[in-house]
Formats: sequence, C-alpha cells, structure tokens
Amino acid sequence: MFDDRSPIYRQIASRIKADVLSGALKGDDQVMSTTQYATYYRINPATAAKAFQQLVDEGVLYKKRGIGMFVSPDARDTLRAERRESFFAEVVEPMISEARAIGIPLRDVVRRIEEREQR
Amino acid sequence: MRIDVENLVLRYGDTTAVDGLTFNLAGDKIYGLLGRSGSGKTSLLSVLAAFRRESAGSVRVNGQPVFENADVTRDIIMIRDGGETVKIGTAEDAVYFAEWLRPNWDGDYARSLMDRFELRPKAKVSEMSKGQQSAMGVVIGLASRAPLTIFDESYLGMDVPSRYAFYEAILADYMLHPRTIILSAHLIEEISSLLEEVVIIDRGRLVVHEETETLLSRGRAVTGPADRVDAFTSGFTVLGTRQLGPTKSTMVYGDLDQDQRRQAVEAGLELEPIAMQDLFVHLTGGPR
Repeated sequence: MFDDRSPIYRQIASRIKADVLSGALKGDDQVMSTTQYATYYRINPATAAKAFQQLVDEGVLYKKRGIGMFVSPDARDTLRAERRESFFAEVVEPMISEARAIGIPLRDVVRRIEEREQR
Repeated sequence: MRIDVENLVLRYGDTTAVDGLTFNLAGDKIYGLLGRSGSGKTSLLSVLAAFRRESAGSVRVNGQPVFENADVTRDIIMIRDGGETVKIGTAEDAVYFAEWLRPNWDGDYARSLMDRFELRPKAKVSEMSKGQQSAMGVVIGLASRAPLTIFDESYLGMDVPSRYAFYEAILADYMLHPRTIILSAHLIEEISSLLEEVVIIDRGRLVVHEETETLLSRGRAVTGPADRVDAFTSGFTVLGTRQLGPTKSTMVYGDLDQDQRRQAVEAGLELEPIAMQDLFVHLTGGPR
C-alpha cells in the first residue's frame, strides 16, 4: 500500500513473487539473469540489478557469487504471511466499500462466501 | 571512458551555446543527455567528440584533453542526427571506411545489423531515405564498438519499428561489450528505460545529473481533495498543478520518506510516479 518503488521494480518483483506464491518457482530455484530480464523488459541492466537487490533485501532471493540469483527456501512462507497480513486491508475492505457503493447488502456477500465454503 | 567536463563554455560569435557546464561521468554506462531544442546538446557533444574546440573550460576523456588528440579521438564516435554522414558511395563503402578508421570494428556484427535494418550493401547512401541514412549511422555507430559512443538524435529519422530494433540492439550489445554510450534525444519516454543516468541541460547550463531511478523516485503526482493536497505539498518544490473540480493533482519534486507516504495515504491522497517526460517538461521550465 505504501509501495512507492519504481514501476520497473514492481513489474519484476510482482512477476517473481507471483511465481513463488504459485509454486512455479520453488526454494533454491535459480531465477533468470539480470541480462535476460533487461532484454525482456528492454531496460538498463543496472535497473534490473537494482530490482533484484531489493528482492534480496526483502529476503525473497539470495545471491550466489558468480552464479546468479536463487529463490530463498522460506520465500513462499514469508510472502504468504505478508499477504495474509494485508489481505483484509487490501482485498476485503475495498470489496466492502465497492459493495456499499453499488448497493449490494453485505449479507448477500457473506451468503456468497458461505456458499463457496460449502462447495 | 571517464568524462570530466569543467566550466565548459562554447560560443559561436555572440551566441553562447554552452554556458559554464560542469559534470562528471564515471563511464561504462548508458547515459541520456536530455534538453530542449537549442539547449546546447549538440554543441556539448560536438566538443566531447572533438568536432569543435571549447571557448573556455575543459573536457577530458580518461583524463586527456580531446581536441586534436588522435590517441583519444580514435576511441570516440559520434553519430549525428543526419545518420551516416559519409554520403559518397555505397553502404558497403561506408562500412569499408569505418573498418579502416575504427580499431574495434566488428564486420560480422555490422552485416547482421544491416540485415536487420534491411540496408542493401550496394545501395548508394546519398539515394537512401532519411530513415535508411539514420539506420546506416546506427550500424556504423554500434559496430565501431568505440569506448565512447555518442548518438546525437541519430535515430530520429527512423520509423517506430526500426527505432525499437535500435533500442534492443543497443542494450544487447552494451551488455556484451560494456562501454560508455551517450544518447541524446527528445523522444524521452522511448529511451528513458535504457538509461542508467541522465544529464538534463537547459540554455547551456546543467539542470540535473542523476541516476534515472533516483530522478524518477523524486517526482510524484499527489492527487486528492484540493485543500488536503495543498496542505501536504506545502513544503515541497512544486513542479505544476492541475485541477478538475474539487480534485487537484500537484506534481512535486523531492525525496518522500516512509512517514510522509503514510501521511499521504491516511489523508486519502494518491501518490503516483511521474513519467520522465513530464519531469523533464517541468524541470526545463514548461512551454516557451
């Protein structure tokens, strides 16, 4: 919510984080190189390297000197915990506001959620 | 190659094109030189490439003066806005000439670039379209692999697909053969993601020299109810404002810390990054 980093960082980070959350990237998997990312997004390699550095600082990736970047073994758990923490503020609250704004009673929303739970 | 520009002045008669510029480039990066028409970009680059002699101050490349210094100028290539300037003869002749002149010339790379830009070796350069002449300039500029490579709006004559091919080629070749590359252009949005650092000049003077990402992170559009936007932006350098009924959007320039971002969000304000092009317009003084 307070994410004020560059659009490039967000593009690269959200892709990698999504892959980690979905399990497409597993702990200790190697991610593509800075060069490959720079080519794919048509950006300066130093910019790509900075985005990777931020992911290292956040504990999502770790570096092996001279080899490349790898997914931290606990990256998925960390990301899941983070997303759980922000889930109500960032997903549920906006949904409630939207429901109110367009006149859907909250009990209808609750009923739908309960129906899904029973399926 | 390291570049040191100190109090550089370039005059043509009564006109002062470069007016006391000082900046240093550490080298081996892709730099953007941005400025409005007539801001002194070409004049500055012409001194860097030793096409012109400075009126005062100095330019040093790897610590050496450049004017009439063949040891240094051999390693510098500048492609100007007309693209390939050797218009005598065919594309093949231009390539032959460059090969003879440039110690790091890569002939195979030049041929692959010519294929990519659909330039026929037997075509006469003087009969090429503006776009093809620009592309020819780009081929010579890239395949020379000069330690200091300058493209002064050299790709403006190219159409959009060719320009994108050029941007891809420049990145790929830079990653394989790191060197100092300076791009000047006013198509800022197209090139800004290629640039590690930008130098912005206006009226022959330095406006800002900064890492691209840092510069971009300093610009923010703050949008929300007018009174709250005004309260939040009061301490900042305001680049410009726009208002739509009760909603105001103010562009500010300066570092925002985590607390300030939180305050903005709590006040119901939206913070959005500003595109390089918008930052540039405001930093260089709006329409004239």
